[in-house]
Amino acid sequence: MTATSANAIVNGRSGTGARRSKGWSPRTESTLRIVAPISFGLIVLGIWQLLVTVGGVDDYLLPSPTSIVAELVEFWPSVVSATALTGTNSLLGLLVGSLIGILFAAISARWRIADQMSAPIVAALAVIPIVALAPVLNSMFGADSQFGRQAIAAIASFVPIFINTLRGFRQTKPVHRDLMKAYAANSGQMLKSLTLPTARPFILTGIRIASSLAVISALVAEYFGGPRGGLGSLIATSAASSAYSRAWAYVGASIALGLLFYLATLALERLVLRRVPTGGPR
Amino acid sequence: MSDQILNSAAATDAPLAAGDTDAAAVSVRGVNKQFQTATGVVHALEAIDLTVSAGEFVSLIGPSGCGKSTLMRLIADLDDPTSGDLTVFGKTTTQARLDQDYGIAFQQAGLLPWRTVAANVALPLELHGVASADRRSRVANLLDMVGLTEFADRFPDQLSGGMQQRVAIARSLAEQPRLLLMDEPFGALDEMTREKMQTDLVRIAADTGAAVVFVTHSIPEAVFLSDRVVVMSPRPGRISQIVPMQLNAIDGRQERSDNLREESSFFEMVTEVREALHGGASDSPGDEPRQARGVDTR
Ligand SMILES: Nc1ncnc2c1ncn2[C@@H]1O[C@H](COP(=O)(O)OP(=O)(O)O)[C@@H](O)[C@H]1O
Ligand SMILES: [Mg+2]
Repeated sequence: MTATSANAIVNGRSGTGARRSKGWSPRTESTLRIVAPISFGLIVLGIWQLLVTVGGVDDYLLPSPTSIVAELVEFWPSVVSATALTGTNSLLGLLVGSLIGILFAAISARWRIADQMSAPIVAALAVIPIVALAPVLNSMFGADSQFGRQAIAAIASFVPIFINTLRGFRQTKPVHRDLMKAYAANSGQMLKSLTLPTARPFILTGIRIASSLAVISALVAEYFGGPRGGLGSLIATSAASSAYSRAWAYVGASIALGLLFYLATLALERLVLRRVPTGGPR
Repeated sequence: MSDQILNSAAATDAPLAAGDTDAAAVSVRGVNKQFQTATGVVHALEAIDLTVSAGEFVSLIGPSGCGKSTLMRLIADLDDPTSGDLTVFGKTTTQARLDQDYGIAFQQAGLLPWRTVAANVALPLELHGVASADRRSRVANLLDMVGLTEFADRFPDQLSGGMQQRVAIARSLAEQPRLLLMDEPFGALDEMTREKMQTDLVRIAADTGAAVVFVTHSIPEAVFLSDRVVVMSPRPGRISQIVPMQLNAIDGRQERSDNLREESSFFEMVTEVREALHGGASDSPGDEPRQARGVDTR
């Protein structure tokens, strides 16, 4: 095998990766991908503003974008601290939920009996409405504790991570299992060298799905008592006092927080999987 | 270029090989293997008796489905026989596996896609606690031997099928085993690479004194490599004949080179194995054309 023929193979492979559509250059395409949604968003905002100021829609019913921005600026310190608080709760919940989810998936993959025992519990967790659990946990852990919210975020993250990781653990190929057995690998080596790397893309997908759920549930949990100061409780109190523009400002911050979590986990997924091939279906 | 590893392998393995040379590398006694499937019982192997001496090169040949891979999996302790006894260097197959007495290469390369070529070859060394400096130099030698030095840092999905198979072969040799189990390892290679790998394998086996159980579809390949060729027939999987290769007494293996492929004794042996394969077919008359299918008589 000569170096040139080998290089041809390698280059041939990477060449197929650069798929293009409609004859745009890749540069134009990636610029478009960013510019298009932003201009669309600006157009929507423009129409919204026109409807409220010229079109005669009641400002009380639908606040204009400019009044929301004004509230955002006026209450900026509170927006920042509320976002930080809810963000911390979500992040802690996501981390703990991920760790427990991966651990339980490992146990379920290893012992059939654990799998059979946990299946109904996970199914039950998956359908628990946050609205039902939040008041219970909040009153259990007291009015000045963030723990109930973090626990709710953790439970919400646990489910998709557990399910995805368990699926990933079951993707090991027979030839790889034979190989590890032939090498007399112990179960720790098996997990580290085969099962975890095989499951890696599935775990990352689970975390990405869980990230948005963690933010939403941490936020919604704030509606049901516990200390004030998070985005959820500020949306609730602003709306209750008819300060709709301010409520919308906090809603905007919530969307930004959810997006931040989603994009961060997406970036993590891309980064890890680009550097390490997954060997998925080829 | 492959001389480095061969010499070092021969040097380090000398005391090991002298350990228990009296025990056969592989001993198979009255082995049966049946698979229960949805459509009934498959007799993959029936009444198999086979002894592979230490340092001996034995090929298994026969049409698809005659149980070659199954026999190899039993020797490797990846599967259990339904009845009968197997030992490897006088131990149970499980003990031999735990002691890492064999190296194995499967029909599929079976590389870990998230590891580079070098890290794939290093896998067994890593699992068995070889120090990292030692590991690096051994991996470098092995990659040199299979001609993939410049691909050390590539991932398997950037290599052709034949190159992946060469990585798998390097990996099976990583621990200089006394017994090599190889299931059609050269099937995916082009003819030129295939002949080069055959020549290399003969030298490695001779220099390290390793016994080899080699599954193949190709008669010339079996003849070129082996001391004995085991001819198998399917349904149920049986050994129909064992053909000794006179041209390849163990002491002569060192000299086995590409010239051999052109000698008349080589063609005589090819003919003999071919006749053994077809003779096996005449045992069960109704089945004749099917028996020969899957065997490459090039
Ligand atoms: N895990 C299994 N389950 C059921 N049948 C099997 C299994 N493995 C092999 N067989 C059957 O056993 C026979 C021998 O297979 P195999 O050893 O792979 O043949 P070869 O390697 O000679 O082509 C075939 O009929 C095959 O279908
Ligand atoms: Mg086979």
